[in-house]
Parts: sequence; structure tokens; C-alpha cells
Amino acid sequence: MNLHYEIPSDDLAHAGEASSSVKKMLVQLGIDPVRIKKAAVSMYEAEINAVIHGGGGSAEVTIDSDKIVIRIIDNGPGIADLELAMQEGYTTASDDIREMGFGAGMGLPNMKRYADELDIQTRPDKGTIVTIVVYFHQ
Amino acid sequence: MKLHEIAKILDAEILACSDSDIEIMSACGSDLMSDVMAFVKENVLLLTGLVSPQVIRTAEMMDIRAVVFVRGKVPGQNIIDMASEKGIAVMATCEPMFIACGKLYSAGLTGKGV
Repeated sequence: MNLHYEIPSDDLAHAGEASSSVKKMLVQLGIDPVRIKKAAVSMYEAEINAVIHGGGGSAEVTIDSDKIVIRIIDNGPGIADLELAMQEGYTTASDDIREMGFGAGMGLPNMKRYADELDIQTRPDKGTIVTIVVYFHQ
Repeated sequence: MKLHEIAKILDAEILACSDSDIEIMSACGSDLMSDVMAFVKENVLLLTGLVSPQVIRTAEMMDIRAVVFVRGKVPGQNIIDMASEKGIAVMATCEPMFIACGKLYSAGLTGKGV
């Protein structure tokens, strides 16, 4: 099953709709709730990042019998120092973003925490592609 | 602790609730949603002073079934409707975060929420 979602830019009020839709789909498919939470949280963090930092983008989701593969593709400036960004608490978010409950420097670490596999491809001014894999039967 | 007991302890207004007999084992107080997603465990009540649809989205992703808005913050109808649609209970109390958490802890809600 292949799913496609557009991720709006700078619209935090509607951010997370793609992740919500994917979570509902996994519930309907009868996937283990622990596995659903891993997929939902890691996708949600990536979606929020695409909205906050990435100027919006898209989500490409593939679900098969044993796993879900989530690709979040954004149009942003890329991540200048990926190693630094993976550290808990490191953030480049503005005060405005923090006032909305995000930008605490936990987004990428949370993706790593919940995903079974995480790959991040990023280049300056070329955007970022986050690929998350969660297996259903591990 | 049942949800209706929590409402009574916090003198909270119930804004959305499909089942006030939900059993809550522990609580987490935070205005940072990524911290909630990093550390929260099961059957948790979320207390927050952040009024945003992302509070409900975070609760949805984490399977959190009840949210209390503290410090007299009242969520908009859009947030209440979103919570109702997802079966997430919503309450609002005038108590500040520290006092709300302290009252619940003193009343026996001592499970580690994180």
C-alpha cells in the first residue's frame, strides 16, 4: 500500500494530519499498538520538523505485511551539522516555535528512539529526506 | 485513580469526556510536547499549560487518554472537538502546574509518568 501526503509550510495548527491518518490506517490493519506508536511518534516528529524547519514538503508512506517505510521530504535549508542535531537538547528553533511546544531539541533524538531504522539525507539548500522504518513483528 | 476523581481533586471543568471511569496510573506535567513523546509511559494523564492542537496530536500519537489544561488555560472549541473525535478526555483547572501535580501526587497518583 502506497500513501502520499502534502505537508504544509509553517502551518503548525494542521501539522500532524498525515501522521494521524497513517496511525488510523495502521489501527485498521490490526497492527500491534506498540509498533503503531513507534511509527506514529517518529513520523509525527519528522512531520513537525518539515513544517517548522523544512518549509513544508511531502510524506511518502509504504505499508506492507512486515513493515512501514515513511519518507518525509522537505524543501528546507538542510541540516548544517547532523551530528550536533542528533544530540538531545540541541535546537535551532525560534522562541515562537518553543512557545508552541516544540523546538526543545528532541525531534531527531525521538525519531532515533522510536524508529527501528532511521536514515537522514541532507544537503545545504537542498532539503532533507528522512526515512523511517518500523517493523511490525520484531 | 479514576478520571472523575482527578476532576474533583483539581476542581476541574470537564470539557470533553466519553468515559470518566478511565483508570489513570500516573501523570506527566510538561509544556514541551517532544519531551512528552520522549519520556511518557502508559496510562498517563498529561497536564500542560500549552494550548495548541498539537497537545491533542501528541496525546493521540502517545495513546494518552486524558489531558488537563492548567493555569486557567481554556482550549478553543477546535481543540475540544479534535479531542472528542479522538476519544481523548479534556479538562481545565485554574490551578498552576506545580499545585495541580502536587494535589494529585498527595492524593495517591504516585506512579512514575516518565
